Amino acid sequence: MDGLQRGSAAIVGVAEADLGAVAPDMSAIDLMAQGIQRALNDCGLRLSDVDGLLCATAQSRTSGLSLAEYLGISPAFIDTTILGGSSFMFHVAHAQAALQLGLCKVAVIAYGSTQRTIGRRQASVREYNPYETPFRPFLPSTAYALAASRHMHEFGTTREQLAAVAVAAREWALLNPAAWEKKPLTIPEVLSARMISYPFTVRDCCLLTDGGGAVILTSAERARSLKKPPVYVLGCGQAITHATISSMPDLTVTGALPSGRAAYAMARLGPKDIDVVELYDAFTINTILFLEDLGFCPKGEGGPFVEGGRIAPGGGLPVNTNGGGLSYCHPGMYGLFLLIEATRQLRGECGARQVADCETAIAHGNGGVLSSQSTVILGSEATI
Amino acid sequence: MAQMNESPLAVYQAHLEKGELAYQWSSEANRAVFYPRVICPFSGSDRLEWRVSGGLGTVYATTVTHPREGNPYNVALIDCDEGFRLMSRVEDIAPEAVKIGMRVKFRVHRPGGEEPPYPVFVPVAPTLPSPVSGGGSGRGPVEAG
Repeated sequence: MDGLQRGSAAIVGVAEADLGAVAPDMSAIDLMAQGIQRALNDCGLRLSDVDGLLCATAQSRTSGLSLAEYLGISPAFIDTTILGGSSFMFHVAHAQAALQLGLCKVAVIAYGSTQRTIGRRQASVREYNPYETPFRPFLPSTAYALAASRHMHEFGTTREQLAAVAVAAREWALLNPAAWEKKPLTIPEVLSARMISYPFTVRDCCLLTDGGGAVILTSAERARSLKKPPVYVLGCGQAITHATISSMPDLTVTGALPSGRAAYAMARLGPKDIDVVELYDAFTINTILFLEDLGFCPKGEGGPFVEGGRIAPGGGLPVNTNGGGLSYCHPGMYGLFLLIEATRQLRGECGARQVADCETAIAHGNGGVLSSQSTVILGSEATI
Repeated sequence: MAQMNESPLAVYQAHLEKGELAYQWSSEANRAVFYPRVICPFSGSDRLEWRVSGGLGTVYATTVTHPREGNPYNVALIDCDEGFRLMSRVEDIAPEAVKIGMRVKFRVHRPGGEEPPYPVFVPVAPTLPSPVSGGGSGRGPVEAG
């Protein structure tokens, strides 16, 4: 993005809050605060150092007010941009801009959701849309299913190829102790699971969990004085193409295309330079669409690309190494967890699922019904 | 500026009450606008002319949604011949029989009670000659369905 300088800011602390099914009556703000405290411990900073606060949740109308009050801080910079699950990638760009301009010195990005505990309908109230609601789309899955139908029609993508995405995610999840899913999954099991919205069965759809977390950024200079190796923000991009699926210009091409291009340009890197790929997999079609639009394979070839364990552990391209929204966790707006996993991979903290020689990572967020796309490219010290 | 008397949605629904599928035409952008709004998203102009669709279109995307209770049902995106797309469903055939590229025609659905009417589609009878897609004056006779 114009105005942002490659490597001017770095992620210095990351943490998950409690995940999965959290204690009864925990609030979204409880989970944000828990994530922030753990992320501060991760980097050795204190709450009193935090003067930039960025957050988003569907469960609090004015989450910035609630979180600042809860933490007992009055941040100099605050941003509660909410554009769905990609919000946190937008926050990274905004935090980097604020740090460059001196609007704040330590920026925290936080998320929390108790959607599993309180129920999805209560956690995220759907707005009535007179042009869509009468047709009873089960949102968001119906919208993504429409995109999948178009991809299958134009490119011959198969249900088995979609299922291969879910199976790869599960194989990664089995290497991640924090993942919700603990049992192996096969392609026939995906295909024969309960149908949600054709071509998706429940195994093509992300989990419905509680969870939260935080990511802490500061200037590259200050980052070098902290506990862990800095993870530099090399590139940021974003694109909004529509809000409702009826208004998406082409259901087979997402805003990840311009968003990715912008992030690559700023990072002065291309898809071939990326060591680990973290993509927002709300549904199996997402991974295929984003692999195409971010340039890891040509448009229309995402289906064959994911066959044969290509994106699973031991495959040619490590994708969604935490197990993804499909098998690790998906507390409503999942984007923050992609940043956490990318950071840990670049630090070499991932144990059994660690990608060897990991110097560059892409974390791509998706929001709404393929509506908002935002890409962050991160790199180790070797990339600076 | 004079205050508006009727919202875009109210005009749209009044057309549906008459059995018509209405859309807007932006002369500045020279293209159809849907859903109805106060300004044209292609030009920013507020000069939007209401037109009535000929009611013919093509299935652009389709899915069968399976509720936990009740029967599976179709949800589709329809490209109308006048150049606008809307969400709807195709009726009179099994939901899984709805295919991308299928020619369909508009029919008004009146759910009754407090719910306003909304547009659904049915397959164009296979015996009819296939209409030429695209273009169209947008002022053709309304298909009764």
